[in-house]
Amino acid sequence: MTIHNSKIETRTVTALVNDKPGVLNRITSMLRRRGYNIQSLAVGHSEVDDLSRLTVIVEGGDDIVEKVTKQLHKLIDVIKVNDISDDNIVSRELALMKVKSTPETRSEIVQLVSIYRAKIIDVSSKSIIIEATGDDQKIKALQDLLSNFGISEVMRTGIIAMNREKN
Amino acid sequence: MNKEIIKNGSQMVCESLIKENVEHIFGIPGGAILPLYQVLPEYPQLNHILVRHEQGAAHAADAYARATGKAGVAFATSGPGTTNLVTGIATAQMDSVPLVCITGQVGRPVIGTDAFQETDITGITLPITKHNYLVMETKDIGNIIKEAFHIATTGRPGPVLVDIPKDILQEDGLFEYPKDINIPGYKPNTSVNLKQIKKASALIKESNRPVILAGQGIKISNAYDELLELAEKCEIPVINTLLGLSSFPANHYLYAGWPGMHGMAYSNLILDQADLIVAIGMRFDDRITGNPEKFATSSKKIHIDIDASEVGKIIQVDVPIVANAKTALKELVPAVSDKKHSDWLSQIDRIKNDHPSLKLRDTQKLLPQYIISKLHEITKGESIIVTGVGQHQMWAAQYYTFNDKNKIITSGGAGAMGYEVPGALGAQVGRPNEMVWSIAGDGGFMMTMSELATIAENKLPVKIAIMNNGFLGMVRQWQELFYDKSYVSTSYNGIPDFVKLAEAFGIMAMRVTDKTQVQSAITDAINHDGPVLIDFIVESEENVYPMIPSGATVEDMMEEPTSQEIK
Repeated sequence: MTIHNSKIETRTVTALVNDKPGVLNRITSMLRRRGYNIQSLAVGHSEVDDLSRLTVIVEGGDDIVEKVTKQLHKLIDVIKVNDISDDNIVSRELALMKVKSTPETRSEIVQLVSIYRAKIIDVSSKSIIIEATGDDQKIKALQDLLSNFGISEVMRTGIIAMNREKN
Repeated sequence: MNKEIIKNGSQMVCESLIKENVEHIFGIPGGAILPLYQVLPEYPQLNHILVRHEQGAAHAADAYARATGKAGVAFATSGPGTTNLVTGIATAQMDSVPLVCITGQVGRPVIGTDAFQETDITGITLPITKHNYLVMETKDIGNIIKEAFHIATTGRPGPVLVDIPKDILQEDGLFEYPKDINIPGYKPNTSVNLKQIKKASALIKESNRPVILAGQGIKISNAYDELLELAEKCEIPVINTLLGLSSFPANHYLYAGWPGMHGMAYSNLILDQADLIVAIGMRFDDRITGNPEKFATSSKKIHIDIDASEVGKIIQVDVPIVANAKTALKELVPAVSDKKHSDWLSQIDRIKNDHPSLKLRDTQKLLPQYIISKLHEITKGESIIVTGVGQHQMWAAQYYTFNDKNKIITSGGAGAMGYEVPGALGAQVGRPNEMVWSIAGDGGFMMTMSELATIAENKLPVKIAIMNNGFLGMVRQWQELFYDKSYVSTSYNGIPDFVKLAEAFGIMAMRVTDKTQVQSAITDAINHDGPVLIDFIVESEENVYPMIPSGATVEDMMEEPTSQEIK
């Protein structure tokens, strides 16, 4: 899947890496010094002890992503690299958004949240915190709509992606 | 386990180095690494050479590695000791040299507190090492050192740094050197894809104007014989990269020089006119390609390299072969059929005739080109040549032609001035029975000349020939050609008397100012049983030709100096 995000072509790369201090630094340092742009990078424990799995959304086409995967592979702490852009994948991101709300706007916000199958996780007199999961487009769309009410803070985890099992 | 014995961390390091067949270590002690130094007398197998600056340690270990094919080892203490290694580590990284640096770090309890002489050397060297380690448990020393040597010397070689906190060097623990290691993320390719070999041999069969572009991978993988076999079997001319020089005999009828910014005009033209380039163990450096979009556009490319990330990085290739050069050539040679290329070879002869680069100018002036040709003649081309970086380096590569295996040691990718003196020191330690000539620039010489003391102390019979033109010559050349002769900060005033300087170090020295003195000075230097320095006062504004300006193409090549320049 190639996401066309504000006309910038991106590719999705996942990697299995050692879960050791400094490994993320090695990866980001390589991406920085070789001049590759990334839109997001998410990392967390994998199903194997001592190994983490990361998802990088790289800006660029086939030529760039090929270089990125080769360079990632060259790092000793990187065990496996996959460009899954052309595979049948599911990708998700979690976002938290703090939206300004008044008694007058609250019900409209709640409606939007329910249309987008997001969740309200905190309510105060002046604002609501919304938890949304989905792909980049869905989160952007919800954020656009909610911006009419005034968003005071957005926090996103970065996209994680996984291949669907072939039947 | 009864094999495990109690050792302190420092002893574990030494035992590990012995297991890795280390003989020589270049380094300087200091606070954090002191425990390691204090156990060295227990291990007489390890010969420590005390250098005068850590950059010297790294360059010497690097040159030792290039001269022997074994990993070079450097020691340095925390903080400035380690940061002084950095230029040498970057040099080894750029030129794929197996270098293992063992550095002392402040004790674990104070790491991260800005303790005295604390620097984050694993952070600093992260982008310029193949891999690095900060040892955090004494029991890990054996494994980490074994991994370090394995990573440094296999696949595409490179520098590995192992940073060890002082308290670990002092701590006792059980030690057993591991027999095997398993690094899941590091499995260099040891085989060859035979489908690709088939495609390559088909391209070679089809080709009428093939050329081999052989790089340092030939030397690293010891594929000299296989390269010769391939070239002779299919009658393919061989062009070397700068670091690939000395991988194919220059006196062979198929040898076609070296290309690039200051390579021979005919080599560049041959590459440009070829219909197939078989690139082996090289990486299409910008000094070779110039503008990569316009590089050798009439040819198909086969690219053999052990590092997959080099394939397609600069130049799109038709047949990529990710493999060790020797392994790939061993498969490729029997897969190709005998061929003759008499038309192509006569075309090449014509190119060579029409573009005779490197003709020596008939002049009474003392030209560096003349000195180096003379040096080649007198030493019969049998010396190991170590250079610095700049004009003298290019002249050394141009005029000291290399017929034998592995005779030139030079900083290519990093272009580190100051390599010449410590580099010669390391090469001489590695190959004690061969004559080592350091061809130096006066600028680079002054950067690391402190290693003259190390050379003198260890009675290493290194011969140093300074091409003293009183300028940062290559930079001056660029200023002359591209900045309207505005010589900003390239002219050295107040150059010391190099003869007196060498004598102060206890090194025999001579000055040569006239062409007629060259022969006898070189002969005297050879006949002296010990280090010698010759200060050649050469023509100060001589330029290196041919030249293709940075990022340009073969069409922009300047083949010879203009008559104005020569007057």
